[in-house]
Amino acid sequence: MSDKREVDEHSGTETTGHEWDGIKELNTPLPRWWLGIFYACIAWAIGYWVVMPAWPTIDGYTHGLFNHSQRDEVMANVAALKQARAMKEHELTGASLQQIQSDPELLQFAMAEGKATFGDNCAPCHGSGGQGAHGYPNLNDDVWLWGGELSNIQHTITVGVRSTSPDTRQSAMPAFGRDGILKPEQIDDLTEFVVHLSKRPADAAAVKRATKLFADNCSACHGANGQGDRTYGAPSLTDNDWLYGPTRDDIHDQIWNGHGGVMPTWGGRLTPETIKSLAVYVHSLGGGE
Amino acid sequence: MHTVISHENRLSLAGPGVERSDAEASNSAANRKFYKSRVPIHPKMVHGTYRKVKWAVMAVTLAIYYLVPWIRWDRGPSAPNQAVLVDLAHERFYFFFIEIWPQEVYYITGLLILAAVGLFLVTSLFGRLWCGYACPQTVWTDLFIYVENLIEGDRSARIRLAAQPWTATKVGKRVAKHAIWLAIAVATGGAWIFYFADAPTLARDLAAGHASIAAYGAIVVLAFMTYSLGGLMREQVCTYMCPWPRIQGAMTDNEALAVTYRLDRGEPRGPHKKGQSWEGRGACIDCRQCVAACPMGIDIRDGLQLECINCGLCIDACDDVMDKVDLPRGLIAYDTGANVQRRLAGNRARFRFVRPRTVLYASVMMIVAAVMVFGLSTRRTIDLDILRDRNPDFVTLADGAVRNAYTLKLMNRADQAREFSLSLSGVDPRLVNVIGLGDVKLPVSLSVPADKVRTVRVLITVAKPDVHTGSQAISFALTSGAGGESYEAGSVFVAGGGS
Repeated sequence: MSDKREVDEHSGTETTGHEWDGIKELNTPLPRWWLGIFYACIAWAIGYWVVMPAWPTIDGYTHGLFNHSQRDEVMANVAALKQARAMKEHELTGASLQQIQSDPELLQFAMAEGKATFGDNCAPCHGSGGQGAHGYPNLNDDVWLWGGELSNIQHTITVGVRSTSPDTRQSAMPAFGRDGILKPEQIDDLTEFVVHLSKRPADAAAVKRATKLFADNCSACHGANGQGDRTYGAPSLTDNDWLYGPTRDDIHDQIWNGHGGVMPTWGGRLTPETIKSLAVYVHSLGGGE
Repeated sequence: MHTVISHENRLSLAGPGVERSDAEASNSAANRKFYKSRVPIHPKMVHGTYRKVKWAVMAVTLAIYYLVPWIRWDRGPSAPNQAVLVDLAHERFYFFFIEIWPQEVYYITGLLILAAVGLFLVTSLFGRLWCGYACPQTVWTDLFIYVENLIEGDRSARIRLAAQPWTATKVGKRVAKHAIWLAIAVATGGAWIFYFADAPTLARDLAAGHASIAAYGAIVVLAFMTYSLGGLMREQVCTYMCPWPRIQGAMTDNEALAVTYRLDRGEPRGPHKKGQSWEGRGACIDCRQCVAACPMGIDIRDGLQLECINCGLCIDACDDVMDKVDLPRGLIAYDTGANVQRRLAGNRARFRFVRPRTVLYASVMMIVAAVMVFGLSTRRTIDLDILRDRNPDFVTLADGAVRNAYTLKLMNRADQAREFSLSLSGVDPRLVNVIGLGDVKLPVSLSVPADKVRTVRVLITVAKPDVHTGSQAISFALTSGAGGESYEAGSVFVAGGGS
């Protein structure tokens, strides 16, 4: 640096003494307030390293002066929340499902808890409004494979369907076509028979041929008149509700492949109180049956 | 660089017994650049009518601000007993006999419209009285200047102190001033939070140190705002930050009162010696006492200016001077621009308070006030909100019937529990199911606790809906058994199909 300070004649600003092709750089240093904040930030950062968890070490990290942990903070918040809910949760423990429904305040609490739990655990299959989908039952209607009373719903949630629980709701429709139990033309006839059961026009000859087939292969679970049987979770074949679709193709596919969905057991995962709330919520979607 | 004190401390007299101030109107248009660092303003204390009015208004407004949360108002056991309370946790606003729910926020809107039009009316009649007397920025700045005056002395002492090197005395005075400012600022923030919680309880919690972090945070933030806006930024808030001067500028006209230098009487100005004749010259002796008194740093003799908050302190300063030189008061006065013109033209001055714009503002105010009074006096204590299930939109049952689900919010704004009777029209249901009650016959009776909302889920099943129309309008009616008060809310029943 030259000791002689040079001032640019146009702007009146000192130059840095650097020059490129005759163009000189003006010396316009950073504002002092800006530098002040900058240095304060550096000081803050150093303080932060000391006070807060900051540096990774071989087998962990530096914990800082206050041993601060966001995980502990969250756990404390969760504990505080549980504490705040404890009274109502306790009421839930003691109350029967019917008592929960008839106490407006407790019902509101259970509905809120049930709704949140439903969104977290059930909505992926049953839909956010419990409206179901192809192969996943609609929980808003009046058709219940395993019963739509509060206690039935509570039990189904607890043990699941075709789940890993030893007490699981269990049923299996055979894959009549895929496993070669029936011949393809017999399945065609049975399809017509099922269409006929739901009071829709069907091929009379096929229906006649299939009458014995139905009695031999299907009526054990679905009932002699196709009215369904809760014991086996066998749906009624006489109504407008079809879990795997109402068309001839859908029905044929179901007889051929024997689809059966799986619902996990929630008994070990959710507390009994949460399952109660969930049962009350699911029941409220369509009023059960 | 422009220097403020260009008249180097000369002890000249503007008139007999009237010292000529060296005050420079640092904010006058002539002294203003596009960008200029703030020049501190040291307003001189005046004594007079408007100063007295300002003290009185300050006392009243501060008393309202600090004391209102402590007023009690009995509402029975179902509601808090604080007269004015914004209860965010329970979603209620209480104002003496008025209680407002979040659904009724239009009352607040009405109040704001009323306040705005009221301001327009006052402004078009009397100018920026709000700015000069009642605005919190003015009141707190005035308070802060008063404290400054107590500790550091009046204008000339403050200027000397500012120019002085940092001696122990200066440090002591400055520390004392800022400490008192901060104390006022903390008290200001502290009073604010009492509007949002039960004041005595919160005061105990604050003192004991276990009030919520939000309460302490609010105090810190508001204290900082008060300290910086009232103590440090002062007139810059009005001139640069506040939109009111612009809005109010649009509300005034030539017939609105404003602090006015009567140039018809004052000019040509100039110093006056004792015994000298007043013939052929104006009454203004150019003593600049009006400039020295101005908290906004302007010279009122330049005419009506954006910065002028209409506080009238220059009037007091000038009246004092007029007394000393034995001239009538009122060289600076609340007057209108039109009157100055009239006098210049040799006509009589007159005040026109009844003008189209004042009549318009007054009538708008009356109408809004009437609507508000009508709304509040006929306010329903019963209300019903309907949230129809849209996911799924409708449910087809096994036998082809269609069901829709509705979540009803039954609102009881009365201070006692009531039985409401719920009925339905517009559709003939096969089955009505109220969750918790099971299948019911309408009308069904539902109890709602005092001042509470009860949420009820209702399922309506229709045997053979008219699927060609897609949806049909229905309505739920809620009737209070006791008073017979009722409210009907509409919704639709969706049957699918449709066009």
